[in-house]
Formats: sequence, structure tokens, C-alpha cells
Amino acid sequence: MTAIRFLVNGSPVEVDVPGMRRLLDVLREDLGLTGTKEGCGEGECGACSVLLDGQVVDSCLVPMSQVDGRIVRTVEGLALAARERGTLDTLQEAFLELGAAQCGICTPGMLMAARAYLDAGGGPDHDAIREGIAGNLCRCTGYQKIVEAIAAVAAGDVA
Amino acid sequence: MTTRTLPRPITAPERSAADALVVAPGGTTRGRARGYPLRREGPAKLTGAAKYADDLVFPGAWYGATIRSTQARAKLVAIELDPDLDWSKVVVVTAADIPGENLVAAIKEDQPVLVPVGGEIRHHAEPVALIAAPDRETIRRLRAGIRLVTEALPPVFDPERSDHVFAEYEVQNGDLEVGFGAAAHVVEGEYRVGHQEQLYIENNAMIAVPGEDGGMAVHGSLQCPYYVHRALRKTLGLTAGQARVVQAETGGGFGGKEEYPSIIALHAALLARKAGRPVRMIYDRHEDIAATTKRHPAIIRHRTAVAADGTLLAQDIEIVMDGGAYCTLTPVVLSRGALHSGGPYRCPNVRIRARATRTNTPPNGAFRGFGAPQVEFAVETHLNRIAERLGLSPAELRRRNAYELGDTTPTGQVLRESVAAQEVLRLAVEAGDFELLRSATARAAAERLGSGEVPGGPFRSGGARTAPGIGLAMGWHGAGFTGSGEVHIGSVASVELTADGRVRVLIASTEMGQGTTTIFPLMVSGELGLPAQAVEMAPVDTAIVPDSGPTVASRTAMVVGGLCIEAARRLRAEVEARNDGRPFAEVYLADAAAHGPTRIDQRFEPYPDIDFDDTTYQGDAYPAFGWAACVATVDVDLDTGEVAVRDVVAVDDVGRVIHPILCEGQVEGGTLQAVGYATIEEIKLQDGRYLNDRLATYLIPTALDAPRLRTILVEAPFSGAPHGAKGVGELPMDVGAPAVVAAIHDAVGVWITELPATPERILAALEGPRGTQEPAA
Repeated sequence: MTAIRFLVNGSPVEVDVPGMRRLLDVLREDLGLTGTKEGCGEGECGACSVLLDGQVVDSCLVPMSQVDGRIVRTVEGLALAARERGTLDTLQEAFLELGAAQCGICTPGMLMAARAYLDAGGGPDHDAIREGIAGNLCRCTGYQKIVEAIAAVAAGDVA
Repeated sequence: MTTRTLPRPITAPERSAADALVVAPGGTTRGRARGYPLRREGPAKLTGAAKYADDLVFPGAWYGATIRSTQARAKLVAIELDPDLDWSKVVVVTAADIPGENLVAAIKEDQPVLVPVGGEIRHHAEPVALIAAPDRETIRRLRAGIRLVTEALPPVFDPERSDHVFAEYEVQNGDLEVGFGAAAHVVEGEYRVGHQEQLYIENNAMIAVPGEDGGMAVHGSLQCPYYVHRALRKTLGLTAGQARVVQAETGGGFGGKEEYPSIIALHAALLARKAGRPVRMIYDRHEDIAATTKRHPAIIRHRTAVAADGTLLAQDIEIVMDGGAYCTLTPVVLSRGALHSGGPYRCPNVRIRARATRTNTPPNGAFRGFGAPQVEFAVETHLNRIAERLGLSPAELRRRNAYELGDTTPTGQVLRESVAAQEVLRLAVEAGDFELLRSATARAAAERLGSGEVPGGPFRSGGARTAPGIGLAMGWHGAGFTGSGEVHIGSVASVELTADGRVRVLIASTEMGQGTTTIFPLMVSGELGLPAQAVEMAPVDTAIVPDSGPTVASRTAMVVGGLCIEAARRLRAEVEARNDGRPFAEVYLADAAAHGPTRIDQRFEPYPDIDFDDTTYQGDAYPAFGWAACVATVDVDLDTGEVAVRDVVAVDDVGRVIHPILCEGQVEGGTLQAVGYATIEEIKLQDGRYLNDRLATYLIPTALDAPRLRTILVEAPFSGAPHGAKGVGELPMDVGAPAVVAAIHDAVGVWITELPATPERILAALEGPRGTQEPAA
């Protein structure tokens, strides 16, 4: 067991876990942040995507030993400021209005990948967006409305 | 027929309460989805607050796991527990622990919940024993100590050599000899399709919670709560009241959570019963792919008589489906396959012979399209080959043969209404610029052929590394259950005005992403003159909602939606009648306070003048059909054989669009599943075991593999449903694959007759005899 300190969605956290325990399990089981999903456990589907120091990672492939002192952001932290106002943030709003979420199981990971794409300065070009979310599988939407929603945010069409 | 087309983008108004189902132009406002209500459970899904099965916490719950066979066929002689290990801290369940019948409730009831000692293992990954423990590490340590003693038996893998037939049908109309006697051309072809995995992103998951009354509650990811309910009653010997099934938020189903959740629920429940505490049975991806159902592989043979002008004169069709080791829903899948196998085309002389057999592979089951995608790939590819033989445009051949009002299907069903085959064809050809792009791809092919030298690769010539192609297919999908299925089930849906003045819809139809919880308030509120948000959805819990039937067969909006609209109309009439005829919206709150609750239970009544004979396979196989056409463009890499699908135009007639964004979402998602089926989705088998039973090896399309999708919705309403809806879930799955395969042929001049059209198959076809495989003119 190792004491590991890190920030989750702006709050400091300390957990005492084996260094090889998956970040995914710490989020879901130890911290109760079940918004992050497990789809395959081997880094293929992206359902467990979170931001680690702003980079999108598959939390099923990240051992806790790599998380010490770092900043983790999950879907629950996507709209912290907006949530205080009882609303969604712009990206979530675009997903909702344009029909980019269906069954919803890929949605948290997809939102984090989209957030990383936008934060890196990604624009509304559809091909670039597709590249940005290529690590996140969706079986419901055909991706069309997901790409359109991210493009709408990038273009400032959803304020 | 009133066909109205709704080209994208649709702008819709706030729905007027008086006429909730008319789609008309109008503005868009923030907080709405193109003028329609937002997905109701959307905010919970987008913030991570939605609770899927594995997100639910049950204090004291143990983890469960399944011990599975590693042989395709064997006699189970004994189950041994390693005596050196401590088994006192866990529970192990075998068939001997089953209090009721050791059978999974289904059509034929041939599948054991667990293979009993002395019984026969019939497929790889078949459940034999169960283990539960307080933590996963203990399970990992102890499961290796459960040893199955078996005697191998000879397995059967070829469905054509199997002597065990699950189902067999023959449909006959006219006289084949007459048709073939008059033929100018006779075209034959054999088509093969393999397994396809549903690949919902949420794996199967069930949690069983034992009750103090000896009952059992199951919470899980599922499509059909009352299927699981029936299975619990049968295997655990429970009364209806003792068994309870609650749907958790469900991360996709596509048919894969239709019948299979029953066995998982039973496994969790058997462990929970023995452990006396809740047990979580959460599959990981590997187990989910290795053990659960797939789309049925099939072999389809066509022999077709055609007149010189392309008129179809006779179709002789043979279908063999591989059911896998147990019957599951195979007879119904095969039935739908047989009934769709001729395609949406008029033909006076037809014989369809279909059979499904048993093999020693994991059982196949429901998957979006339910037998139709297999046969429609075959008939559409066959038709495209006929067009090539006749030198006709594939669009023109279809125009000459597609069903019109008054035509008769092979079962003798006269198409009296709601026929939009020509309409969807015309729209797809126009929107996809089919003829123009087809002449451009033909020019590109001619230039490649003419260049002689082939630098850089065996099939390359000139500078172009890729070859462009365009393909067309169309299809039909029988709306709702086949034959008299709906009459047998007799679904009930309810709308209730509660004592405290809430309006609630009570149905067992599940939300799994397709939009159930959004469209039902929309349909019901329109009838009551209320805003959609004034109508609640009761939780999907068998202790609360009636059995509105399974969430399958694209029947939810059409059949259950129709029942709820009728129920809402009766509720409105009843409330208005006792309030001097004043509008429901004005009086319902006061009415509830004065009269207490009013609940309308609406039971399905047979559609008028729809009659099917299940024994002769004659009559109205479906109350109506949905119609679809699809144009796909591809680039085929001439060095590697890889196919990039660029654009797909999908035109789908759904009867009535209830929510355009959700409806388009169904078409887009179904179309991409069809593109995956056509190009990359493949299960490889060795000795009856799925070799690529992981997400690293079973591939589905990513955003980069997905084409740009354009959807055109058409409305040719069905008069038997109060709103005219015919369903949308499965229709788009039927047409995408043959359109892609036609586009590959247009690009490189070879017909791929076995799905998926992998690079290996394309390169092999290019290397093969080129005699009949000149590029399309």
C-alpha cells in the first residue's frame, strides 16, 4: 500500500492503495465517481477516458503509482462551475441539443476526449474532430451527431 | 398513399397540443432539440449521474463469476473442487442447486442454466458452475481450483451437415417452372455472412438481491424485463410476486440484451440464493464476446429468372442459418429471414426454403435486423449482379421491379397501403447523385484499365493508389412482430392520472439509448393537450409496470406507442366527460383531487384485416413494411485492399417521425453497424471457439472509419397505428452492407459475396479469375 495524493476535479484526495491499482477502480470504487465507465479494460474503447494533467488517458491503463501529485479530471468535474448554476457546460449542452448521446455509456469518455480536443485549440473541422475522438468507441450514434456537436462548440455556435 | 419527405435539416415548431404529430417548419430555441424536447435522461448521462448496473451499490454484495467449458462438445462426468483449497469462504453453485427447472425460459427450452453432471456440454464457453466470493481476488484464486472432468464428443461445426434442425419453413407463390421457362436470363449466386457481435459498449451486468420472503429481485442491463421475470419464476420456482426485475440504465442492447440477460440473471440469482446476500454478476468484455449471442451466420443461394427488360420472373431462394448450440430465438430469426429474402420486389413465381440447424458453437440470437440483414445482403447483391449482366443501371432495374401499391408478396399479402419503395429509391438516387457519380467512377476505372503498366502494386495503375466506387441497395423491414406474434403476446400499456395530479406512462418497454423515455411523453402529452414535461415515465420495474412486451422488433414506438396514444385518448375522454366536456389540460388537477386516480390499461387488439397463417406461411406476414434505400461511396486501396467508406445517404420510411433527432440517430447508428458488418466485423472460429474474443481483435468502426452520414426521413403512415409509426430501429441495418459491397464492385470490378469484405477477400477476388469480373460499365 502506498499513500498517493492527487487532485480530482479540483479537490485534493489521498488514497492508500497498491501502486498497481487502476486509476479507474480508484475513481469508481474508492471515490464513488461512477461517471467514468469500463467498457473493455484494455484501452480499446475509451469509455474510461479521463484527463490526466489535461491529457486524455484511458484510466483502465493507468496504475495509481503514476497518478501521485497529478491533476485528474472526470466527467463529474466537467461542469463544476456550470453545475453550481444548475446547468450543463457548453459541450454537454451541445451533446444534448444535437443528439450526440444515446445510450450514454460512451458519453463521459467521449466528452473528456472532446474537452481535451477543444482545450488544445481544436477547431470545427470534422476530419480533425474525428481524429480527436478516434480512441473512443460509440456503437449507437454512427458518430455523426457527436462530430456535429463538437464542431458546434468549436465554432462558437453553442454559447 | 400520403408520402411526405422530410429533407435534412428539419426545423420543427413547438408541437401544438392539438396536433402533436404533425411535423412542420418552424424555429429552433435553446434548451430544445431542433424544436423538440431534449432527451429526457440526457442530463444524467452527460454529467455521469446516470446509474448503470455496475454503478449500483448494494452493501454486502459479493462478486459472482461463471466457470465455463473449454470444449465444443463433451460429456460432463464430474465437477471437482481442489481439496487443498479452502472453500468455506465462498459459495459454489452447480446444476444440483437449482430449485426449479434447469432450463432457460425461451421458445424451445433446450438450454440448461448450468450443464448438469452426466449432461452434455454443447459449446465452448458454456456455463457449468458458478462461484461467488466477497472480493475478486478470492474468485481469481479459487476458480482455477474448480476442475471439469469431461469425455470429448465429436462436434458439428458446419450448419449444412448438422442433422438437428431448429426450424424449417417453405414459402411458395406461383409456379417456378413457368417463371424459369419464360426467362431471358437465369442468374445464380451463393452468398455467405458470418457472425456479428452486437458490441454494446456496456457489457452485460446483473445484480441479484434475495428478499426476506424467499423472493428475488434482479437489477440489470436488459431489454425485456418480463423475459427475465419469466426465467426467474421458472428456474427458481418463484411466484409472480416473488420475482422482481428492475432495469438499470442500459448502455446499448441492439438485440444482445434481448434473451441472453435471462441466463445471467439466473446465475446471479442462484448464487445470491445460496450466499444469502446480493451477488453482482458483471461481465468483462472478453467474457461478453466469448459467451453471449451473435448475429446468425447464414448461407443463402439464389436462382433467379429475369426477362430481357429486367422484370423478375422467378426467385428460387435457399437459406441455411447456423443457430449455434441452443435454439434461443432462432425459429423467429429464421422466419423473418425467409419472409424478407426476396427483397422489396414484385415477382410472380417464388419459392423460399429456409432452415436453421444446430452446431457446437455458442448460441446465436437477436441482433438488430433479426435475420433480415443476412438475406437482404444476399438479394441486393444478387440484384446488382443481375443489373450488371443485363447492362442496366442498378437503379433502373430496381425501378422496374420495386413494390408498388396493390402488389402481392410471396406469402400472398396484398400491399394495400404505406408502400414507399419507389419513393425511397428515387430520393436516394437523387440525393446521392447516383447516376452522375457512377459515370465518374466508371471513367476512373476505364482510365486505370487503359494505362497498361501497374507500378507500385499488383492492381494499381497510373498514379492513383485508390479506386472510387459508388453502390446502391434498397430494402424493406416488416413492422413489428412477424405473423400473429403481437396477438399471442397481448401486450398491456397504461396511462394513469394519479391522485396527486401527475400523468404517468407505465410500460415495460426499456430505454437503451433509442429514446423511449423521450418519445412516450411526447406522444401521450399531445393527446392530452399538455406539454411533454408534464408526463412522467414510471420506473421500469416489474413490480410497477405492466407487461407491454419485449423491447424488440422495432415495435416500441409503433405498437406500444399506439397503445399509449389509445390509452391517453380514453383517459382524456373519461376525465372530460365528468367535467362538462372541458379540456383535459384545464380540469385534470381538480379531477384528480375530486375523483382520485384514473388508470387506463390498454391491451393490444389485432390490427383490422391483418391475418397470417403460421402453419401455411400465407397471409399478411406483417401489418406494414418500412422501406429504405442507401447510396454508399467508397475508396478501395489498390495496394492493400482496404475499403474506406466515404459517404452514405440513407433514406428510410418509418411511417411517422415522432422526434426527428432521435429518429435520425437510429438511422445513423444502424447504418454504421451495417458498414461495420460489410467491412471489418468478423468472428474467427477455431474448434468452435471464438478466436478474436476481445475488443483488441474484434473491431468495430471508430469515428475515423465512419462515413459522413446523411439521413432523409420519409413518412408513409400505417393506418393501423393511431400515429402511423412503423418503427425505425432495424430498417437501416438491412441496407448498408449491400450498398457498400456494390460500391466495392463499382470501384474494382469484383463481387464480394461473403461478408465482411475484408482486404484479404478483396485481394483474393482481384487475384482470381477476372472473366466475369470486368468493371461495371
